[in-house]
Amino acid sequence: MKCTLHSENDYDLLELGGEIDLHYSPDLREAILASLKEGKPLLIDMADVSYIDSSGIASLVEGFQTAKSAKLAYGLLKISDPALQVLKLTRLDRVFSIFDEAEKFQAQL
Amino acid sequence: MTTSAIEIRDLVVDYGTRRILDDISFDIHQGEIIVIMGGSGAGKSTLLRCVLGLKKPTSGHIHMLGTDICHAAREELYELRKKMGVAFQQGALFTSMSVAENIQLPLREHTDLDENTIQIMTRIKLDMVNMLPYENLMPSELSGGMSKRAALARAIIMDPKILFFDEPSAGLDPITSAELDELIIMLKETLKMTIIVVTHELESAFAIADRIAILGEGKLIQIGTPEEIKNSQDDRVMDLLNRTPRENNMDKDEHLSRLTQDNR
Repeated sequence: MKCTLHSENDYDLLELGGEIDLHYSPDLREAILASLKEGKPLLIDMADVSYIDSSGIASLVEGFQTAKSAKLAYGLLKISDPALQVLKLTRLDRVFSIFDEAEKFQAQL
Repeated sequence: MTTSAIEIRDLVVDYGTRRILDDISFDIHQGEIIVIMGGSGAGKSTLLRCVLGLKKPTSGHIHMLGTDICHAAREELYELRKKMGVAFQQGALFTSMSVAENIQLPLREHTDLDENTIQIMTRIKLDMVNMLPYENLMPSELSGGMSKRAALARAIIMDPKILFFDEPSAGLDPITSAELDELIIMLKETLKMTIIVVTHELESAFAIADRIAILGEGKLIQIGTPEEIKNSQDDRVMDLLNRTPRENNMDKDEHLSRLTQDNR
């Protein structure tokens, strides 16, 4: 799993890639929660995610809930097709804010 | 190239002097839904027990995800079982635990995931089987269909590579049954699961299967796509599909021998 955090001007960008499963999802959860703790909006780039299981999805959900409580913007960027299929299966594609360009997320801040 | 999730070779199972499975060989491909069909006593349950590593065959081999499960050490089987999910026909839920507790059990046993992650995963799976409103109920308060759906949620809680489902549609109303069929297909397509379904329900089998394996009297009669099975010229396959009662082609000597043979 690739999980790299970049600090942009007014938000954090978390780039994910590869397979996110039971083994790696705790790292993803930690990265999301640590970023939100800094008090900055978070955009998660999922273009290179080849597989995500429900533990990975649970980490994204917990992050979303945490961001909402802290009134921070939280979005998913360029979701790969395999990841989007799983989000659709769990009907979370209708819950998350999904963006095809980082600029659109930035415009909402 | 198609990769095998499970390879079954020359499988023979005897119970006493009775041969239950007779020289069964076939592969189950990764990411396919294979439906195992056959009349009562055809050997479906025994085959399932062997593939799950619950019954050692008399002879033959079964390789699952590269592990020879007939000769694997206990630790190897334990690791392999983390990649398998099983939904039993009657649900097999623990009666002293709520629905949610039943579903969380594999995560608590096999992972160190955070409590929040466990709770969210449980609700995701309950929602997938339309059981979210019933998470706090006890198994004794569930209908047959609800127990079956809860059992499926438990079977998929760890996102297994291989899912076994024994009689998913039996005893369910047509709508719930169709929903379950749809979910099985979605699990294959989105989570890339290899799914083995044992069923008697023809409609469900043809709706979900990539391939169908038909067992009869312990032998593999035919394996093929639903189209190939529909067009089969084998009398035993046609009898199963047309629900024709078995012909009573009785061999007098064999029948007498069966009634008088000392099986003790």
